[in-house]
Amino acid sequence: MDLFKDLEEFKMDVLKEVGNIGAGNAATALSRLLDKPIDMAVPKVQMLPFEAVAERVGGAEKIVLAVFFRVEGDTPGNLFFILSPEAAKKLLHRLAGLKVESEDSFSEMEWSALSEIGNILAGSYISSLADFTSLSMTPTVPALALDMAGAILSYGLLQFGEMGDSAMLIDTTFIEGQHEVEGQFFLIPDPESFAKIFTALGVPLDHD
Amino acid sequence: MIDEQYIVKVGMADLNVIRGQGLIRTTGLGSCVGVTLFDPLLKMAGLAHVMLPSSEIAREGALNIAKYADTALPELVRRLSALGASRGRLVAKMAGGSQMFTFAGTGDSMRIGPRNAESCKAMLSELGIPLLAEDTGGNYGRTIELDCETGILFIRSVQMGIKEL
Repeated sequence: MDLFKDLEEFKMDVLKEVGNIGAGNAATALSRLLDKPIDMAVPKVQMLPFEAVAERVGGAEKIVLAVFFRVEGDTPGNLFFILSPEAAKKLLHRLAGLKVESEDSFSEMEWSALSEIGNILAGSYISSLADFTSLSMTPTVPALALDMAGAILSYGLLQFGEMGDSAMLIDTTFIEGQHEVEGQFFLIPDPESFAKIFTALGVPLDHD
Repeated sequence: MIDEQYIVKVGMADLNVIRGQGLIRTTGLGSCVGVTLFDPLLKMAGLAHVMLPSSEIAREGALNIAKYADTALPELVRRLSALGASRGRLVAKMAGGSQMFTFAGTGDSMRIGPRNAESCKAMLSELGIPLLAEDTGGNYGRTIELDCETGILFIRSVQMGIKEL
């Protein structure tokens, strides 16, 4: 798609800001929940070949815990909140006081707590973006999976699949101050959503 | 050891062939389907990691034929035939096509895994290639590898461990 052929530095910066605002608000929400400072890395915005997307979380076969949201509204897209299973266990312990009973599996209680945490974080990510852009965006109910990163993330690439072999990914990592809990937000707006985001933020579209 | 074996890796929306000895592998199949074709006489195999059911929906400039069921499978047959495989001898096995996430209001894209599997099956029957075995559906990811000496397909998943087809 021409829109992505030579996305200028400036537009990349705008998308980074999108990641900054969304993940920044989510990190603040998490920090309140944990009562601990949360640091955020500078968002990475890149057109990534499909193969490289799962590399961002450690490879296609790496087992991750993902909370997935389909974003509906003016600018549809896919949002993933991704944690290592260890980090998820620590988060549950800290937040809900749930004792770790098994390292390899999650109980129904843990599953539902993670889904609620995901909901709060995705809610703050998406609502801050909606405010910032004055566009309507609503996350669906969360869907959780503990599985291979490749199998999970490929689900978010389908919309891009119809038009090429890479996807535009806004990737933001956050780290709890003592590096106990580290997670990632992946926002993958549908290809058609980019023009709307740019227009809403006053970025001129010079493509026909 | 398995690591010392010759392994051909197939990426997402990609296809490749192998002959003689070794394994052909693709990792992290979710809604995608891994289709393997095998010529038992020549010990030759091909694998396609299919992402979408039909190239009719493609809006890309240069079509990646490895990505769609209706274009990837004929191409795989063509590649194997070019190496001397006989179309009449080819047999297929496939895995993947799961529904990783389920939602209340499921749109069309939610059913993409089952649709991929159906489309691959339809294509195989159009090509006249028998489907010997499949492990499709469910809600989990799979890594698969085919041993090109024996034609055995190994399927690994987090929930189910290792299966052999």
